This record gives sequence, C-alpha cells and structure tokens, in this order.
Amino acid sequence: MLTAAIFIPIAAALVLAILPRTGRGAPAERQLRLAAVVASAVPLALIVATWFRFTGTGGFELVESVDWIPTLGIAYRVGVDGLSLPLAAMTAILFVVSIAYPVDFRGRAIPYLALMLFLEGVSIGLFLALDLFLFFVFWDVSLVAMYFLIGAWGHGDAQRSALKFFIYTFAGSLPLLLAILGIYLATEPRTFDIAEIIRQQPLAAGGLYAILVFWGFFIGFAIKTPIVPVHTWLPPAHVDAPGPASAILAGVLLKMGTYGFVRILMAMLPGLWAEYALPIGIIGAVSIVYGALVALAQTNLKRLIAYTSVNHMGYVMLGLAAAGAAVTGQEAAQAIALTGATVEMVAHGLITGALFLISGSILARGGTYEIDAYGGLLGRVRSLTGLTALMAFASLGLPGLAGFVAEVQIFAGTLAIYPALAVIALLGIVLTAGLFLRMLGRVFLGALPERWRAFPDLTRTESMALGALGVFVVLIGVIPGWLLGVIDSFAGPFVGRP
Amino acid sequence: MTDNGGMLAMVGDVLPEIALVLGGVIVLIYALFAGPKRQVGAAVLALVTTAVATALTLAMLDREQGLTFFDTYARDATAAWARLIILGATAVTIALSVPWFRRDPRHGEYYTILLYSALGAALLAGATDLKEFLVAMLLSSATGFIMSAYHRRSSPAAEAAMKYYLIGALANSAMLMGVAILFGLAGGTTLAALSAGLPATGGIAAVIAVGLVIVGLAFKLGAVPAHAWVPDVAQGAPAPVAAFVTAVPKVGAFVFLARFVLALPPGSLGWEVLIAVIAAATMTLGNLACLWQDDFRRLLGWSAVSQAGYGLMAIVALGQSDLAIPALLFFLIAYVPGNLAAFGAVVELRGRTAITDYAGLARARPGLAGSILLSFLSFIGVPPLSGFVAKLLLFLVAIQVGYTWLAVVAAINTVVSIFYYVRVLAPIYFGELPGPVAVLGRSAGWATFVSAGALVVVGVLAEPFMAAFAGAQLVIK
Repeated sequence: MLTAAIFIPIAAALVLAILPRTGRGAPAERQLRLAAVVASAVPLALIVATWFRFTGTGGFELVESVDWIPTLGIAYRVGVDGLSLPLAAMTAILFVVSIAYPVDFRGRAIPYLALMLFLEGVSIGLFLALDLFLFFVFWDVSLVAMYFLIGAWGHGDAQRSALKFFIYTFAGSLPLLLAILGIYLATEPRTFDIAEIIRQQPLAAGGLYAILVFWGFFIGFAIKTPIVPVHTWLPPAHVDAPGPASAILAGVLLKMGTYGFVRILMAMLPGLWAEYALPIGIIGAVSIVYGALVALAQTNLKRLIAYTSVNHMGYVMLGLAAAGAAVTGQEAAQAIALTGATVEMVAHGLITGALFLISGSILARGGTYEIDAYGGLLGRVRSLTGLTALMAFASLGLPGLAGFVAEVQIFAGTLAIYPALAVIALLGIVLTAGLFLRMLGRVFLGALPERWRAFPDLTRTESMALGALGVFVVLIGVIPGWLLGVIDSFAGPFVGRP
Repeated sequence: MTDNGGMLAMVGDVLPEIALVLGGVIVLIYALFAGPKRQVGAAVLALVTTAVATALTLAMLDREQGLTFFDTYARDATAAWARLIILGATAVTIALSVPWFRRDPRHGEYYTILLYSALGAALLAGATDLKEFLVAMLLSSATGFIMSAYHRRSSPAAEAAMKYYLIGALANSAMLMGVAILFGLAGGTTLAALSAGLPATGGIAAVIAVGLVIVGLAFKLGAVPAHAWVPDVAQGAPAPVAAFVTAVPKVGAFVFLARFVLALPPGSLGWEVLIAVIAAATMTLGNLACLWQDDFRRLLGWSAVSQAGYGLMAIVALGQSDLAIPALLFFLIAYVPGNLAAFGAVVELRGRTAITDYAGLARARPGLAGSILLSFLSFIGVPPLSGFVAKLLLFLVAIQVGYTWLAVVAAINTVVSIFYYVRVLAPIYFGELPGPVAVLGRSAGWATFVSAGALVVVGVLAEPFMAAFAGAQLVIK
C-alpha cells in the first residue's frame, strides 16, 4: 500500500510525459489538471487508510521490502512510524492542493504536471524509505525535479536561482553521501537498512571517524533545512519559483532536512548528538532570531515568508537539540520537545505552503511582490484577506491554530533543558508577530490605491485549496490529540521515556 | 601443454578475438569489391562480427578464471566483461557511423579499422604480458590515429589527429622504455614474472619504469599528464570516432592498469599514492577546463578527462578492497554508455558544436535532449542512473582503503561539475529554438537512445551486474 502511494504518482507522471503535446489528440489543460489532481489524491487516500491501520506500538509498521542490490546490502524497504506518517500525510495534502492550484503553465502544462506528480511520489518515498540508499535516491532526485520546476516556470532571474539551488543543495548531498558510506562501512554485516543500523549503533564508540560521519550528515541536512549560515540558497529559490513550487519547496523539501536529522543523525549517532546538543541549540536560536530580524527588514512579500521559514526551522532545531541533549530525568520534557519539533514540521508545511500559494495569487493579480505596492485590500477581497490572515496568525503562533501547538511544546520542552535558549527563542516569537501584523496591515488595511479598484478576489479553486489547508491548520490547533498521539508513539520511546 | 589438444583448448580461449580478426578481414574484402552504394553493407558485416564476438564472450562468462597461452593472456571475468563493454560500444559506434559516413563512397574499410581498434582494446583488457601489452597498445593507438584523421580534408580533424599522434608517439615511446627497463629488472615480461622478479624494495630504476608505463597508459585513459589530445579529438575528429576513442580504449587501459599495479610488489613503489595524485589532478583539471567551455564537443572531451580521474579511484583501492574490481567495472559500464549517449546526440545533430546551437532542443527533439540530460545526470552521479551506483562504489572503496581525502576531492569536483553540465542543460530546456533542427538518420538516433536507456536500466537493475562483478577476478599469475 505504501509502495502504491509512492509509485502511482510517478507512474502517472510517466503516462503524462508520453501524451501527445499538440495536434488533435492533445488533451486540454483543464482535463490534464483534473487528471493530475486525481492521481495526486491517490497517495493521500492511501496514507489516510494507513493512518487508520497504524497502531503506534513502537517500531516501524506496515513494512514492505524487496531485495534490490543484496550484494551491497541494499533493499527497497518502506514503512511508517509516528515520525514519518504525519510528514507523509502532510506531503500528500500539500501536493494535492499545490497541483490543483492555478498557475501560469507558459504553454507547457504536461511537463509541469508530470514533474509535480513525479516530485510527489519521490517526496513521499523519502519519508517512507527505510533504507539509506533508497533515501538518498529520493533525496537527490527531488533536487533535479525541483530544479526544472524553478528554472522553467519561475520568474525573475529564475535560471540563476534554480542553478544556485541545485548546486548548493547538491553540495549538501555529497557530504551526506560520504557520511552514508562511512556508516555503511562500519556496519557488520554491511547493510543500508535504517532499522538495522539504528539497532547496531556501529559508531557508538566515537572517535574521529564517527565525528567525520556526524558532520557529513550534519552539513547535508543543515543545508537542506536550512539553518543559518547555510541558508543563502533559500531566498532566491523561493522568490523566483512559481507559487506551488515554492509551497512544495518550503513545505516538503525543507522537511527532508529536519526529518533526516531525527531519522538518521539523532537515531544513528545519539551520543555525538548529545555531545553537540548545546551548540546545535544555539545555532537553532540564532536561526530563530536572525530569520525573524531579516524577515522584518523585507519589503518583498515572498522574501519575507522565505525568511520566516529560516525562523521556523530554527524552532525545529532548538526542539531537536533539547530532545537529544545529554540530561537524565528529563525524558518527559524531551519527549515534549521532540513532539513539538515534529508538529512544527507538519504545521510549517501546511501554513507556509499556504502562504506561498497566496503570494503566487497576489503576484498573478498585482504583478509584484512589493508589499508597499498594495494596501486597503480588506474591503475589496474578502476571501484573500481572510485566508491570508488565518495563515499569518497561524504562522506567528496564535493559540487555537497549528503553529501554537508546535511552538508551545518546543518552548515547554526546551525550558526544562536549555532555559536561556528558550528565552532567546521567545524573542523570535515577538518579532514574527510584529512582522506578520505589519505585513497584514500594509497589504490589507489603509487606503485602497486607485489601480487596485478592480483587484479580483480568489477564484473558487484557490479558495477551496487554501481552505482545505486552513481546515487542517485549525483542526491541529483546536483538537491536536489525533496528531499528537501518533507522534508521541514515536517520540516517547525515542528519548527513552519510561 | 604443447600437445595439439592443449593448443586447441587455448585457441578456444580467444575465440572472440579471432572473430574480430576474421570479421575485419571479411569487411575489408567486401569493401574492396562492393560499389560505392553498397559500402553500407560493410557496416552490417561489422555489426554481425561484434554480435558473434559478443555471443562467444557470453558463452565464456561462467568458465573457470585463469591464464592461457603460457601466462600471457587472461581468461578471467574481468577481461570478459571489459570485452562485452567494448563490443557493445563498438556496435553503437557502428550504428552512429552509418549515417555519418553515408556520403563517403569508399568508407567500407573504416569498419575494419574500427573492429581492429576494438580488438586492440580487448587485447589490452586481457593482456598479462608486457609484450602483449605493447602490441595491444600500438594496435589501439594506430587505428585511433587513422580514424581521427578519416576526414583528411578537414583541417580540425587533421589538427586533432596530429595532436593525438604526437602525444601518442611520446607516450608510447615512454611506455616502451618502461617495459624495456622492467624486462631487464625482472628477467621476464609476463606479469607473473614481474611479480616474482621485481625487487621487493623497489629501487630508482623500478620506480622510473613503472612511472613510464603509467604515462603510456595515461595516454589511453586520457588522464594527466597525457590527456591533452582528448578535447581536440572530441572537437575535431568525426563525431562517431570521437565517441569511440574517448571511451573504448579506456576500458582496455583501465583493466590493464589494474593488472599491472597488482603485479607490483605491494606497498614498496608507492604506486597507490602516484595513482591517487593522478586521479585527483585528472578530475580537477578536466573539471576546471570545462567551466567556461562554449564548445559542446570540447566540453564532452574535457568531461571525459575528468571522468577518467574518477575511475582511477578504483585502481587506488585494488588489492585492499574486495569492492575495487566491481567499482572499476561498474564505472566502465556506466561511463561508456554515458559518453556514447552524449556524443550520439552530437552525431544525430550533425556534429553541431557551439552550446548556443543546442538552445531549445528539448522542444524540437525531446528524445535527444533527454539523452543528453540522462548522460549528464549520470556523469554527475544522480540516482537512479548507473553513474550514481558507479560513483557510490568509487567513493566507497576510496574511503574503505583510507583515501578519504580522494573521495572528498571527488565530491568537491562533482559539485563543480554541476555548474558546467547545467550550463549546457539550461539552454536546452529553457531556451528558445532558433530554427529547425536537422538530424542525420534513424540508426544514429536509436543508438543514442539505447545508450541513454542503458544508463537507466543498469542503474535501476544493478544487482545482476553487481553479483557478476563481485565474482570477477583479475588474474595475473
């Protein structure tokens, strides 16, 4: 079933790719989009079914495995646990919404939809992969697909941004590859099986070799996440990508980094993670404050949202640092921090994904991302205002919405482990609140400029797509139990809570 | 072993090579008597020859691995797989050559030269004797020179062939001297004699001799310091020939280099360090030269240089890692089709050179654009293409034998290489088409697609190859 969730969208992408592009047999864009949305919804349905079958009794469930290259200990292995299931579900939701979301195809609907579907399968596959080789395959392939999405359908200096994204993140994937090989060589018998490596703990003895492997993983995941100071690929890539691709980039691709930290680095090298937990927490706190401050200075809407991603990923890192710290007797707090960090991954995916889709809609109507070019849209466009406000408040952590659930747990957990860092991080919350309120004020309040008299509201498709994300944001915010229960089934045993 | 039965058994060990010799003769005779319009029949005969030789090689794959012809020739799985790669690449080259040379009324003999060049590479892969090695090197080199200059009225081709010849002459004489010294030191020319006879402590004469032989092989590999011909041949030689000589002789040279270093007394002559330095220099130099290259074919040439550098990582690990031979063979089975797919697209596009001429290709010829894309992604090492598995194995063996620095250099070079590969791919996919795109003919297109498809198939279905390569030996004594 999980395998179908990965390969049905990929197969759909291949089918799309061989369809006739022109001539009498060529399907219309509307039909193509509808077909793509249906194909993209299949994994969502399968993952919802998985959610109901998931028992949360610890370990990986619903594992499917087939030998792939047994000579090297490589197998196709997929499965879920309380960490990967919510992320895979979030990925599936965001892809359905993003594929349904209107975008300027530039006359090339088929390759666009095929790439999005392909990327959906690859992204879900990455979260479900239980083999380092398979994980890396999905990791690298996602870069290539995203490169083409930015380069071909982006705006501004799209090709340059796409190239920067590709080289930068590929530069991160090579230390990751070397680290994977490093830990692979230490296993006995040699295997790429994630569960088996976690059980073996081949580098538990430490030493220079283990430290090199640790930093290989760390650099690889840090670039993808991204954390300060290796975040500089992110703003141009986000700004120049088409709206739905930015949503996927922020919502899904960044999570690959944070997911890797937990699934691979913390699980396989817990000793070294504990040793470096404080510096990692400091890096997280710096990302929080720095991301918020830089976002505050932005006049470009999309760039502003991009920098809040740096800020939010800082929360995740802080939570992970607290969760993996070498303290005893604080397991309950550490489990809360880890749960909070995981909820933040899900919440950020939904919220920031929605914000990037909205900024795409604003660009399509107004032709610019400059915040100061707008104003007074409140009276003119009700749905746009309402949904933007909802997502902005969710992003700044308003109680009752998803972001709050995540952040309050991260703070509660961190406060017990690193009180000073938690206090610094609180500063970030204040800054984010300020910058979002200021942005909302400048775009939607005040006097409506003459040229926006005819500013069109969101179309029904756009409202429904964003509304779907909004439902989940509220649902997680008001009754988070269904999500927290699943995540806790992973987080509790992970930190050794009795 | 001198009785008739033994002789016959030994002949049975070289049936694929004999098939190539006979096929070459038949092609030549046919070309002499066929009219200008029937010259293409020579290509068909050559193709049949490669098919026969391939079938004979396949039949030999599961045999016991060992030496034959009085320890001068290996009949191990490594040589057999190298031969299969060589024959496959030769068949692809024949398909690329047919439309390219169609207008040439007397080109039938070209296929004889091509078959003998393949034979030279195959002999190189099997040679376990320094004299055998010399013969194979000279056969492979001489045929390469002729094919490069086949368009004798074209000045770029003449210039490329001249450069190829001069560097080759220099490298081959260095190699000859090296072989002479080794003969003197070891008292024999087989690798077994070398292994037993070379003083274990090395000594200056042995170091120089080994260095000279490696320089000779570097010429075939397109590796530093004898690499300078590669970009010129890639740019100036007939495009199918460029595809061939930047890939096929490498296969033989890599395998012989592997046998040669295994015959040296372990750890005394410092050959691991020498090869590692050559590898690092080759991949870095090839990469840097690619960076601002505006000529597509020169870029492929320099990229072929840098790829040779990656392949040398497997040689460094020989004897210390059980995965060194699989890494080498997997590198070859990934690199050769990648090279053929990229050059094949050039052939099919009538040899166009400037990068700007490729703008918008994805809209006009999605298949050819896709072949270039797959080839470049495989060179970068993007999964699930075969180039990824190859690079993974190369990194793995380098780390395994303690040459982590070499793996790091290779990783940095890989990142750098993205820049120039994407610099070509971006206009192909995002650029506007300047005008109609003329192509050569069906066979070249199919050969290109088959090569590109091999990158996917071998990458995804890597296990049968890995299992076969894991059992392959490099027999020297």
